[in-house]
Amino acid sequence: MSESAVAEIALQPGHPRHFLKLETQTAMLFLLPSFLGFMIFMALPIAASLALSFTNWQLISTPSFVGLQNYIKLFTVDPALYTILRNTLFFAVEYLAVNIIVSLTLAVWISSLKRGKAIFRVIFFLPTFTPTIAASVVWLLIFTPDGLADSVIRSLGLGLPNFLLSSSWAMQAVVLVTLWANVGYNVVMFNAALDLVPKHYLEAAMIDGAGPWRRFWRIRLPLISPTVFFATVMTAITSLQVFDEIFAMTRGGPGSATATLGFAIYQKGFTNFQMGYASALAWVMFVMIMALTILQFHMQRKWVHYDD
Amino acid sequence: MTTDPASRYPHSQSRNRHRILRRIGSFVSYAGLSLIALLFLFPFFWMVSNAVRSNTEVLAVPVRILPEEYQWGNFIEALVSLPFGTFLLNSFVVACGVTVIVIVVSCLSAYAFARLRFPGREGLLLTYLSTLMIPQVMLVIPLFLLVSKLGWINTYHGMILPVAFSSFGTFLLRQFILGIPKDLDEAAMMDGASRLRILVRVIVPLAMPAIGLLSLFTFIAQWKSFLWPLIATSGLEKATLPLGLTLFQTQQGTAWNYIMAGATISMVPGVILAIVLQRVIYKGISVGSGFGGR
Repeated sequence: MSESAVAEIALQPGHPRHFLKLETQTAMLFLLPSFLGFMIFMALPIAASLALSFTNWQLISTPSFVGLQNYIKLFTVDPALYTILRNTLFFAVEYLAVNIIVSLTLAVWISSLKRGKAIFRVIFFLPTFTPTIAASVVWLLIFTPDGLADSVIRSLGLGLPNFLLSSSWAMQAVVLVTLWANVGYNVVMFNAALDLVPKHYLEAAMIDGAGPWRRFWRIRLPLISPTVFFATVMTAITSLQVFDEIFAMTRGGPGSATATLGFAIYQKGFTNFQMGYASALAWVMFVMIMALTILQFHMQRKWVHYDD
Repeated sequence: MTTDPASRYPHSQSRNRHRILRRIGSFVSYAGLSLIALLFLFPFFWMVSNAVRSNTEVLAVPVRILPEEYQWGNFIEALVSLPFGTFLLNSFVVACGVTVIVIVVSCLSAYAFARLRFPGREGLLLTYLSTLMIPQVMLVIPLFLLVSKLGWINTYHGMILPVAFSSFGTFLLRQFILGIPKDLDEAAMMDGASRLRILVRVIVPLAMPAIGLLSLFTFIAQWKSFLWPLIATSGLEKATLPLGLTLFQTQQGTAWNYIMAGATISMVPGVILAIVLQRVIYKGISVGSGFGGR
């Protein structure tokens, strides 16, 4: 007789109610640490953030309720908000598009190799394991006036200005650095998904005369589309919050060319001590993230293919 | 098929030509990807190359790819003269502290969600899941107020506790535990083991691949973390490595060579972990590519 059969008989309890209660109690105890942490460091701060966004608290003064004034000021009086929103959306859209295209290309390229896949995966993954600030500081040195980037631009005769000093190019530098620092994650994830595509699908298509381009669009991409979807949602959420690179490289400058929402919230809150106003900005970001995520889930029906 | 020029040649010859073409194709493919990989690695090279120069040489015009004079002592100098040693210690304490808490708390809650029945389980699980969408900057302001009210600014617990309760680990481990046969729990229960004992003796050893991956990603995420340490500390005493790198950037006469040395030091654990554990990382990502791991 197998052990599980014995267990089944023994587990028919004489007192089901007591048994259930005990299980609930155990569950409560097991969940207590995470629940407490969740309440104190997540739920309470979210409630506080919402409450703060309706006050004009400046940290030293006592907070007073101002209703929707912060939000009204945000959208009517403060001209900077539109610059900040434009910068944030510009960064998120460009970065998301470039990231997905580059990471898919590299992943397909790597998965086509017979040997040495692991080496290339590690190389592209390395920056994702290094502090963003360290990466940003290295790139800051590369972009320093008369530094490496300038001398390369000059020797190639490209006639471009110093990226970090130019208000039209600074954001491109931030996109480049963020891409370098984070693209490896999607490369490895797509590579893993591509390696799981059943070989006989591709062989069957090859026999039918489908070229590599067609095999990619008709077979591999649809089969890995759930992974691409997940990566797109995650990359969009993180790109709307971009902060480290901007803090270390540009501090929102030159002028306000690279001031994004994440940076503006930090600046309003911890440089100008306008906690109420900064909280209102944070809720604008939250709404943007929610809207974009819902939009992506809505659009997935058109292009994401689930096997089951 | 008859228009195919290869078909006019004898069979073996066409096969030969195909093989040669494939060889050339694969060579071009490797060469191209290697070139991209080298460009990708270049910032690392530039960092180390500048970490071993004198500061005047870092900023010298024209730019030199290799240092004129190698000053390997810069690494020791950076650890001694600038408090990069303290930053290193602080980074380790915070990253390890968060990782330990995340693992313990996630194991407990994941087991409860995966194996125990209690009223409102699905609803609570969904609530946990929805917290993953909350942006960090949104929590930073109220968390700063909370931590400063408690007098926790510039303390390790102030840096560790507020970021140690993400529900990501709960989901990752729950998903893994669901795949472990229930018979094992029941057999242990027959032997009179308590739930906690089952968790520690049966589930945790079996869930080690998932726990390892979670530890790795938590440690690296904290090692990289910048915004919360920036807000939860003031001055140099409790600063972590990423913070230290920016603190010296604003001082007059930036010591670029020392900052590059500090950046190199801050990259070492991640580089080692990424190389040593590449197989584990790849497997973990490929199994749970529906999860991600930021």
